[in-house]
Amino acid sequence: MILQAIAFYLFAFIAVAAAVMVVTARNPVHSVLFLVLTFFNAAGLFVLTGAEFLAMILVIVYVGAVAVLFLFVVMMLDINFVELREGFQRYLPIGGLIAAILLGEIVFVGGIWAVAPEVRGALTERVPEGSALTNTEMLGRLLYTKYVYLFQLAGMVLFVAMVGAIVLTLRQRPGVRKQKIGEQVRRRRDETVELKQVRPGEGV
Amino acid sequence: MWEIGLAHYLTVAAILFTIGIFGIFLNRKNVIIILMSVELILLAVNINLVAFSWALKDLVGQIFAMFVLTVAAAEAAIGLAILVIYFRNRGSIAVEDVNVMKG
Repeated sequence: MILQAIAFYLFAFIAVAAAVMVVTARNPVHSVLFLVLTFFNAAGLFVLTGAEFLAMILVIVYVGAVAVLFLFVVMMLDINFVELREGFQRYLPIGGLIAAILLGEIVFVGGIWAVAPEVRGALTERVPEGSALTNTEMLGRLLYTKYVYLFQLAGMVLFVAMVGAIVLTLRQRPGVRKQKIGEQVRRRRDETVELKQVRPGEGV
Repeated sequence: MWEIGLAHYLTVAAILFTIGIFGIFLNRKNVIIILMSVELILLAVNINLVAFSWALKDLVGQIFAMFVLTVAAAEAAIGLAILVIYFRNRGSIAVEDVNVMKG
């Protein structure tokens, strides 16, 4: 039990500290790397609660795909990052005030919070006691049966996002020479070669 | 103190959520950091869902967290694509300049 508590405090502390560094780091590349650290520690928290599959998904999808995408964009754009930090000092008080108010409200809600008694009866997908199934198997059994339409819909969301990203960033650049196989094969001799009768001593 | 309960996880999630909001206000000019703050907020929501799923011994929370992850990934892809074309057209990513469509 004490080991679990130590692991929780370690993960939680590093996650929060890395999150603070994400929003305050001077260099956006450092921000992305701290974001990766936050995700790793959040995955650790997920493992502590027994959600192993989600923890692995978090590492694979967020660290492996989303954070690397951020890193790509940060490094690809040629931006003067010093200019972007100009308003930092100016927005610090108002941002801190709003964050403090928000945290205070959450604490107020958390102070009087309790699970309603009827919620226990409304739970639909109880984790079976002493089941031999792993977390991944249980999630799969649920996801591919009861929530299969939502699962397909999530796939559609990803598909639309992919198409949208490609449509947005694809551009036709003029003046670039590319191979056009169809046109090259369709070429006929009489369209491209012209025979000129050149008289001696006159030139073309 | 050594007994980790639901409240501990909710506290971590609340702090992460607040840091996300704070980051949006702090980096008003840098859209990349704003997108990262949105990712932090969604991560806090996921921690909440997983913590409740664990505390109530119910799997729906984890399923929901998975869908939130999906939407977050799609949002990041679209957001960064918009950012790239905005930078290509304007040569900067300052959000304060994004008012060309204002009437």
